[in-house]
Amino acid sequence: MFAYIVRRFLIMIPTLLIISALIFFIIELPPGDYLETYIAELKQQGEKVDPSQIEFLRQEYGFDKPVVLRYFHWLGGMLVGDFGYSFEYQLPVTDVVGERLWLTVLLSFVTIIFTWIVAFPIGIYSATHQYSWSDYGLTFVGLLGLAIPNFLLALVMLYLANIWFGTSVGHLMAPEYLDKSMSWGKFKSIMEHLWIPVVVIGTSGTAAMIRRLRANLLDELQKQYVVTAKAKGLKPFKALVKYPLRMALNFFISDIGSILPSIISGAEIVAVVLSLETTGPLLLDALASQDMYLAGSFLMFLATLTVIGVLVSDIALAILDPRIRLAGGATK
Amino acid sequence: MSVQTDLIRVEDLRVAFMLHGSPLEVVKGISFRIKPGSVVALVGESGSGKSVTAQALLGILPRSASITGGEILFQDPETDGQVVDIASLHRDSSDMRELRGSRISMIFQEPMTSLSPLHTIGNQIEEALTLHREVEKGDARRVTEEMLGLVNFPDPSRAYDMYPFELSGGLRQRAMIAMAMICRPALLIADEPTTALDVTVQAQVLHQLKELQQKLNMAILLITHDLGVVANMADEVVVVYHGEVMEAGPVDAIFNNPGHPYLKALLHAVPHFDMKPGERLQSIRDINYEIGPAFGHKQNESAENDEPLLKISNLRKTFVTKKGGFFGATDENTLVAVDDFTLEIKRGECLGLVGESGCGKTTVSKMIMRAVSPDSGTVEFNNASGKTDVLGLAGSELKRFRPRMQMVFQDPFSSLSPRMTVLNILREPLIIHEMGNEKERLAKVTELMRLVGLDPRFLNRYPHSFSGGQRQRVGIARALALNPDLLLCDEPVSALDVSVQAQILNLLKDLQSELGLTYLFISHNLAVIDYVADRIAVMCKGKLVETAPREVLFKNPVHPYTQALLKAVPYADLNRPLDLATLHAGGASNVESWGPKFNATPDAPELTHLEIDEGHKVLVHKSVDAMELRT
Repeated sequence: MFAYIVRRFLIMIPTLLIISALIFFIIELPPGDYLETYIAELKQQGEKVDPSQIEFLRQEYGFDKPVVLRYFHWLGGMLVGDFGYSFEYQLPVTDVVGERLWLTVLLSFVTIIFTWIVAFPIGIYSATHQYSWSDYGLTFVGLLGLAIPNFLLALVMLYLANIWFGTSVGHLMAPEYLDKSMSWGKFKSIMEHLWIPVVVIGTSGTAAMIRRLRANLLDELQKQYVVTAKAKGLKPFKALVKYPLRMALNFFISDIGSILPSIISGAEIVAVVLSLETTGPLLLDALASQDMYLAGSFLMFLATLTVIGVLVSDIALAILDPRIRLAGGATK
Repeated sequence: MSVQTDLIRVEDLRVAFMLHGSPLEVVKGISFRIKPGSVVALVGESGSGKSVTAQALLGILPRSASITGGEILFQDPETDGQVVDIASLHRDSSDMRELRGSRISMIFQEPMTSLSPLHTIGNQIEEALTLHREVEKGDARRVTEEMLGLVNFPDPSRAYDMYPFELSGGLRQRAMIAMAMICRPALLIADEPTTALDVTVQAQVLHQLKELQQKLNMAILLITHDLGVVANMADEVVVVYHGEVMEAGPVDAIFNNPGHPYLKALLHAVPHFDMKPGERLQSIRDINYEIGPAFGHKQNESAENDEPLLKISNLRKTFVTKKGGFFGATDENTLVAVDDFTLEIKRGECLGLVGESGCGKTTVSKMIMRAVSPDSGTVEFNNASGKTDVLGLAGSELKRFRPRMQMVFQDPFSSLSPRMTVLNILREPLIIHEMGNEKERLAKVTELMRLVGLDPRFLNRYPHSFSGGQRQRVGIARALALNPDLLLCDEPVSALDVSVQAQILNLLKDLQSELGLTYLFISHNLAVIDYVADRIAVMCKGKLVETAPREVLFKNPVHPYTQALLKAVPYADLNRPLDLATLHAGGASNVESWGPKFNATPDAPELTHLEIDEGHKVLVHKSVDAMELRT
């Protein structure tokens, strides 16, 4: 088991390397670079462009060097925590991202917990009461959640929250706390605002998870070993939790790998609509203005999350499922 | 309520399923009784309501089913004289749960799926104990290990921590028995406990059940369709058909003097070893088939050609299982699935290939079909157009050769696509091989349906609207669509009921003689092989151990493995009980028990196929002389 975990960690290294190369290559693909976008912008505003200054900037940022060199420079920087320089904000990437990263992690974490808390009981109830009125009702609500576009839901929720609770429109906190350091008041304000994006972003994920949990559990409930458990005289609830639910969890655990990045990148539109201080809108901007180090660092961040998520789910699966732990690697 | 001496008395039991809102009665007033410590067999085809009856007894009916009438009176010998009506208890009530698993317990047909794959067997067995008895943690483990020892686990304390997927089918079924018995129930319900097991393992499990039953003075309700098992186990027999009891009585009366026509028919539908040459099985419903012009007899198209149709030489296949890999240390395990397999199949014969599960029979058939590539060896096919090296074919040559050999599979449910109509299923081979135009194909498909006795009007139906036997006929029709010379039948009847089995076997036999087909018939059921095959090859652990004409093999089996297999078959005859005591615990494939004549020695590691009689070959040590083995 220990060897397995070590091996999985080692495999992460080449995976991340390949991803970083791909990201860098893709960011380099569009013609031109940030400086050209910058010059065009200056010209449009009717300002004069000093060629020597451009040349200085070009050298400063290393645009005159070959791609491969720049890639290794970027890669080496990331290893020591230097993610490069954002041209647009004229600040190091770490400073630009700063607080937003933690707010994003907070938002994602709360959303995942929300999804699980809501989806689990409903999924189990739906599966054990298949084709009952309550199953149909919950299914209907779930499908509504899947079908309503997130941004629309976001607008409706904003309106309602403002009317009913007087919560200020947009942002993750009241306007007066923006750009302030953390305080009790700011924390309270964040908590007050947090539930709207959590519900909005969580709805479709919850609905999808209910459907999957229901389908998986229904499959498992048909299995012979459930009858065996009942034939032993086990209480219905215990027989449900110990055997079929445990089996149905496999899909859910393997889901962790994809749930982290999808919540962070999937919430961009909602974040724009709600003007949230998360990383999503920043990434969109960075990609649009070819602010390459900022965009690259973001993509790298998402990739790392995916790889870590997959690692966590693999290890969890190996711990929970003896078939993977003991029979792993055997091929027929 | 009067005091009864029966352990269980079922009175006019009725069970109905709710189907599309209307009740469908599947058990229509069944009555029978079980005396303490006796074995009662509930016999019938699938769909006769026997399993549903057992589920009603235990209160584990599916959610859509409910008891609509009658009584199930249970008198526990441990609580003197108190009678409980199980039918009136709610299925999840605490009274019911107390009985379930403690006083009445059950084992199931599929040892592969009836245990949870995620929990150790120790955990699962112990759970049944701790649910019903107040035991301390350490004691529970000790009692569980004792129970595992009682069902003959070789190393109980190690077995306790093993997962079901690490055990063989026979051991899993024993773990199930241990789980069912750990609370010493008064009644054990065994629902087809050995149907999924090999004959030799079946004999051991039956032996186990019988022994425990006598030791613990427990009653068994045995549900089965195998009359051989019934003859060996039961004291009383209840025959059910369509949810009603047809006949009931002591086992000798049932076998020696069957009264009801259904029971008689059932007894006649089972192939047995005493059938006269040419005697037909009487299936309960015969198939009327009709041979069209496209399927004329292959009139010894090469009568002068004496060469065997298929010549398999020195076939070998190994499977490698890997543990770890990439950065970790790789630990390779080589498993020899098929070893030095040499066999000839003559034109127009039916060659039966027998062996226990895992012996490599299916791998052989897959290699012949080119679905699996062998490590070494050759397969040569002979017909009018000359010799073909089957394993050397590739690309379009292979495609052109494919119609010569076709396959019939074991499971009629998963071998037909549920998304295709029968018409499309039967037409597909013709389309792949670009035979005929649209009209000709339709004509041929219609003819195929008649050939297997199905109404061509069913062509537009999907497989799910057919029964298991009908689906298997569709499977046979599909295999015949390309007019093959050789048909590989891989356990074609083992998933079917006895009466349907007789039907399919008769159909296969008739088609073989009428169309001049050659069969390679794979089965683990010796009686079935005996009925259909002309020559029989016995396989064990990837090796061919004995080949002989049918009559010779059954009269004079020479190899100890063949002898053990034959000895383990339960006869539907009270005068020939299984000799349960002499079955060796290690199983028939335990090489050491074969003796020096049949084993390799360090100085002569190669065994040879010695011809001791005409067409009778046995795998023996080099020093053995044919005279020694002839009796």
